[in-house]
Amino acid sequence: MQPTERNRPRKRWLSKKWAPYVFVSPFFILFAIFGLFPLLFSVYVSLFRWDGVSPLSQMKWEGFGNYLYVLELEGLDFRTVFTQAFWQDVYSRDFWRSLYNTLWIGVVAGLPQHLIAIPLAVFIHTQFRRARNGILAIYFLPFITQTVAIVLVFQALFSAKFGVINSLLTGIGQWEVAGFAPFSLMFPTEPVDWARPQKTPWIVAFVVWWRYVGWNTVLYLAALQTIPKDLYEAARVDGASPWRQFVHITLPQLRPMIFFAVTLTLIGNLQLFEEPYVLTAGTGGIGQVAETSAMYMLRVAMTDGDFGTASAVAWLLFMFVALLTWMNNRVLKPKD
Amino acid sequence: MSQRTGLIALLVATCALLGACGSQDAQTKAAQSVLAKSANEIVVASYPALDEGIKIAIERYRKIRPDITVRLSSLSFGDHHNSLTTGLATGVSLPDVVAIDVGYLGRLIGSGALEDLSQPPYNALQYREKVFAFTMTQASPRGGGLGAMPVDIGPGTLLYRKDIIDKAGVSEAQLIESWESYIDAGKQIKSRTGASLVPNASSLSDLYIRANVKSGEGIYFDSNDRPLVNTPRFERAFALAKAARVAGLDAKMAPWTTEWFEGFKRGTFATEMSGAWLAGHLANYIAPDSRGLWRAAPLPNRVYASWGGSYYGIPKKLPDARKKAAWEFIRYLSLDRGMQLAALQGLDAYPSLIEASNDSFFEQPVAYLGGQQARLLWREAAKQIPAPEVNRLDPIAAQVIAAELEKVLELDKPIKDALATAERVISRRIRR
Repeated sequence: MQPTERNRPRKRWLSKKWAPYVFVSPFFILFAIFGLFPLLFSVYVSLFRWDGVSPLSQMKWEGFGNYLYVLELEGLDFRTVFTQAFWQDVYSRDFWRSLYNTLWIGVVAGLPQHLIAIPLAVFIHTQFRRARNGILAIYFLPFITQTVAIVLVFQALFSAKFGVINSLLTGIGQWEVAGFAPFSLMFPTEPVDWARPQKTPWIVAFVVWWRYVGWNTVLYLAALQTIPKDLYEAARVDGASPWRQFVHITLPQLRPMIFFAVTLTLIGNLQLFEEPYVLTAGTGGIGQVAETSAMYMLRVAMTDGDFGTASAVAWLLFMFVALLTWMNNRVLKPKD
Repeated sequence: MSQRTGLIALLVATCALLGACGSQDAQTKAAQSVLAKSANEIVVASYPALDEGIKIAIERYRKIRPDITVRLSSLSFGDHHNSLTTGLATGVSLPDVVAIDVGYLGRLIGSGALEDLSQPPYNALQYREKVFAFTMTQASPRGGGLGAMPVDIGPGTLLYRKDIIDKAGVSEAQLIESWESYIDAGKQIKSRTGASLVPNASSLSDLYIRANVKSGEGIYFDSNDRPLVNTPRFERAFALAKAARVAGLDAKMAPWTTEWFEGFKRGTFATEMSGAWLAGHLANYIAPDSRGLWRAAPLPNRVYASWGGSYYGIPKKLPDARKKAAWEFIRYLSLDRGMQLAALQGLDAYPSLIEASNDSFFEQPVAYLGGQQARLLWREAAKQIPAPEVNRLDPIAAQVIAAELEKVLELDKPIKDALATAERVISRRIRR
């Protein structure tokens, strides 16, 4: 029988062999343009001297010169590696100082996030039923608020002359009873200068901690809800105290989430930029004590007009993030 | 296609794209990418401080050239200059006219990414006599040329609170006679009123550094790009700032921070050194309630300095057909007397055009400054401002000097050590 017009198979505009590739190609095309290309371009640029304004044709070949410039190892006396002078010398070098600042703020802001988020999540999980979501939203609020808005509020709070924190502290310190100030030994009687270099990194770390503790609490709370209740019931039948239940059931069961959350904190804190940048008006504070690696990278690109070196900083930072993530993987990743 | 072959193909394609970007052809093609939607549209890229002036210009220009539509494309101050940096390099999405703050001028002009306005068909150097002398020098790259046209300037002035210095028994003459008398006046003000002499001691060093530049030199570099920071000029500048800090005369507040604004509102600063435009900012939004309490005076030691200023340029990669209209609009912004006066009246943008500054409007009293004829004072200052050479490396030196000054003020680092460190760090960062 001759095929009629209706039942004759339609001619395909796309063969079965190529159709899957065509349908998945939009992702790969977009990824190549907006993901892979910038990555490879930054590797390429890191090998040149380029001010970011001149035409690309005026780039000057540097090879690994930009990387060596950033690492600034010349003049370091490695025989004195166990002396304070050696490490002071290292700290005086821009890249190493920014890396140290990043790690310091990362640890001081990051570690308490988890040490507080885990028990806080357990507390919310066990003590609240109806109000749980409302309480969680309060902790989560800083995470979804604009960083600049948060930082401006903190700037106003920590203002030496007009800040609420100083008003409160000096108010308590100066409070007198019958001509005697009982709290003057514990609280300041004069406004504290929060911009002093000894205090700046602590303030940055506090803001970062405050901002992300709610996010980690949400992560841990989600993980807690997946732990089977039978385990706790069995433990209670065996007479396990709440503390032993926490140590022997909750923590081991949370381990995959701890690994995930710590990895996110690690990567996020090593790329820390907005909070220290806005808090210190882009300067990193006196002595650049709060200038992070990301801020250093921006300074090299925009102030020094050296996009090649800034790209080299980016790749060195990437190597550090990868190394620390690998170490985290070795320590915290649950064994199968 | 195997996974491996696919990956190799992707890499090859990306490398080809990289190579294409680096080639001159690709860049020339990219230059066709402009923000304007039609031949009769001019797009001006700007930042908030200049936006109002451009809006005034758009209204006025429409009456002169109804066939041309001018569109404003605005970003925040930092974002605007950052996007200029990348936009001028790639030639993608180019505006026709770009606004440039004087702080970014050296670098953008030095890069050669802006049209040389001294060349035909612009021949802008013919207008040299029409604008204040230092403005053209600031926009001229080493070796000649002109990268941008000035539109407003910031003649340096000392603003002071009349009520506070009266209460302290200090006169204006005492404030401006010399640096020593200025600091002595500050001590008297502090002890009798509790007010700070200045928001930040760095104002003293900033001014001294700018006002005492030798002819033919830049603020931070000589004509061979050698840093000039380890010199008596910087030593004296740092010493002045340190003297003010040690005497407790400054409030340790950085400009444009929340507490800096609050200090003006509460009247805790007796003086501030800045461009004349600060009087406008104080009147309009920082401390409008202090109307009549402030006065303007020449800078201490009767020095002259420029504090800020704005320019307009044309991207070199803009298609030639578009450059004529862009230049006509820049000429209007920079050289039209009516436009310059409208910008002054609308947003206190002090004119760079001498003809505009000779207008009778300058004789009018400024209500915020207690009816003082302050604009006459600023006009005289503008005529005296020296013209230091602008260097594309200035932002690096400025950042290093600011950081070292903080160490001197806050960590008691010896001045000589700080300047030696600054010289070493600058030399390294500019890779000499």
